[in-house]
Amino acid sequence: MTSTIPTADERLLRTSPLRRLLGRPELGSVVGALAVFLFFALVADGFVRTAGLSTVLYAASTIGIMAVPVALLMIGGEFDLSAGVMVTSSALISSMFSYRMTANVWVGVGVSLLVTLAIGFFNGFMLTRTELPSFIITLGTFLMLTGMNLGFTKLISGTVSTKSIADMEGFASAKALFASVLTVGGVDFKVTILWWLGLVALASWILLRTRVGNWIFAVGGGKEAARAVGVPVAATKIGLYMGVSFAAWIAGQHLLFSFDAVQSGEGVGKELTYIIAAVIGGCLITGGYGSAVGSAVGALIFGMTDKGIVFAEWNPDWFKFFLGAMLLLATLLNAWVRKRAEATA
Amino acid sequence: MARFRTWVSIAVAGALGASLAGCSSTGGKRAEDARKAASAQGGGAVSTPRWTVAMITHSGDGDTFWDIVQNGAQQAADKDNIKFLYSHDDEGQQQAQLVDAAVDKGVDGIVVTLAKPDAMKSAVARAVKAGIPVITVNSGSEKSKEFRALTHVGQDETIAGEAVGDELNRRGRKKTVCVLHEQGNVGHEQRCAGVKKTFDGTVQNLYVEGTDMSAVQSSVGAKLQADPSVDAVVTLGAPYADTAVKAREDAGSKAEIDTFDLNAKVAASLKDGTLGFAVDQQPYLQGYEAVDLLWLYRYNADTLGGGRPVLTGPQIITRDQAAELKSYADRGTR
Repeated sequence: MTSTIPTADERLLRTSPLRRLLGRPELGSVVGALAVFLFFALVADGFVRTAGLSTVLYAASTIGIMAVPVALLMIGGEFDLSAGVMVTSSALISSMFSYRMTANVWVGVGVSLLVTLAIGFFNGFMLTRTELPSFIITLGTFLMLTGMNLGFTKLISGTVSTKSIADMEGFASAKALFASVLTVGGVDFKVTILWWLGLVALASWILLRTRVGNWIFAVGGGKEAARAVGVPVAATKIGLYMGVSFAAWIAGQHLLFSFDAVQSGEGVGKELTYIIAAVIGGCLITGGYGSAVGSAVGALIFGMTDKGIVFAEWNPDWFKFFLGAMLLLATLLNAWVRKRAEATA
Repeated sequence: MARFRTWVSIAVAGALGASLAGCSSTGGKRAEDARKAASAQGGGAVSTPRWTVAMITHSGDGDTFWDIVQNGAQQAADKDNIKFLYSHDDEGQQQAQLVDAAVDKGVDGIVVTLAKPDAMKSAVARAVKAGIPVITVNSGSEKSKEFRALTHVGQDETIAGEAVGDELNRRGRKKTVCVLHEQGNVGHEQRCAGVKKTFDGTVQNLYVEGTDMSAVQSSVGAKLQADPSVDAVVTLGAPYADTAVKAREDAGSKAEIDTFDLNAKVAASLKDGTLGFAVDQQPYLQGYEAVDLLWLYRYNADTLGGGRPVLTGPQIITRDQAAELKSYADRGTR
């Protein structure tokens, strides 16, 4: 701390790269990810083998694809509890629409995108119109979707899972896009890893390089203040919810095309996983702070813990305990790093 | 102030004591591991190398049924000098990833459940491609061969349901409620469909939230109150039978409660006549046989079943057999 008064505006001061790094929301989680990786590399046999890493990356990507928009939404100061079942809904819609209409699979995929975006719009619209907390609105959506997933599937397919669409036109090309496997140097990597990295890049660009990104931080930091300076609060929030539903569509199509058929009862509880990944990655529950890269690191920590426990051959009953402990440690580390960064800034 | 300090030190001592007590629970786990290691070291009845077998199921957390399956598998593993790994997840995608992890580890054999066959298809194919023998247990008998597993060990859910329907007819029941506690489980749907097929009266399906026992109780109770003519309730899991009995008391109904699967409580209730009958699929046998068959395959290239599933059920258990089974259920093997 110097006692000299800065002559220029403090926001225009040049900061050293190290200091800028210390101010990043995801720094704490990166430290945490390294710690988790080293830990499992030491105790878990097969964890650092390439095949093992590809399994870990795949696990992380299936969480990460959703954690990115959920992180953006949390930066915007809202929650989405319907994110988990929305993935299942999206998969069910495209599968059953294609099957019932005997349409090309791509038609179902398109319809699914529209319907899933509509669900996201509904969430955002209800939130901005009713002024109820997002917790309540999306809890309602979550329950309704859970019921509809099962109800519609039973009504249309007669059982609790959809019929296989693997023999229909367009399946192969859709599978190539959403669920193909890329072999790099003899190791299979799932295409979801690319989707995930793409979403992280897109979200980071939006957050850090565009006006919309500023709006997201502003509505999360203080809604009224943001409105007062001319930020379109309602549109931003609706957009954020539609972002979540867009990612749910990607994750849902992956689910469908990797397995040909979908179980209607799945996805419940996943929404918390996405929120956890975002929080480990440095998002604040109160909004206005966080990053897309952080959510990816959070998902990676989640994936590493999830599969690391298996590679380490520990009793899987303790998985949730470790996860909870990780969450607490990572968040404490984040808070500590941020405090240090602010003290030195 | 001094008194305050005394209190603080007592509180600190108490907290330390509590945390030590917490540590001793870890000791318990360690002791258990030591026991397992000891039994594995001294328990091998064979001279084959120490192979590793991974079992991956679709069970949720803390499920009594899967505990029994695990006990059977562990017993066979100890006997066959096999290192036994168990993992589970109730989401298809996660379960498939666990199978992937086992393949990555390069285990010598995989035991897997196919409750969600579509989700498991590619993971099982990867295991087969890697030359790891796979045995399917408990659910997915119709897919087992297609996935190129060696054998399926389990109960055909439709046949089990039909056996229940027959037994209900024998008992002169007219109106049955089939309680499904896992929405989205194909095997459960097959069970209730089987009951419907052979039962002469009417069968209604009732979906309940299996992870929340009080919700199960209130749902079944509401159903019995709403329709007094229901004279039989069939639950699909042992823990739910007891809950259905409580719901029957709440509703003041006379319906007979019957159940799939067995546990100590069900055996006791069968003995004192609270429950009508249970239909067992011998989970211990499913775990035991799966591991043992993998050993046989690795040791002697033996397979069992001649390309057909090896059935472990259904076995109808009534008051007459309950007494004998109770002691086995108490030790966690029936």
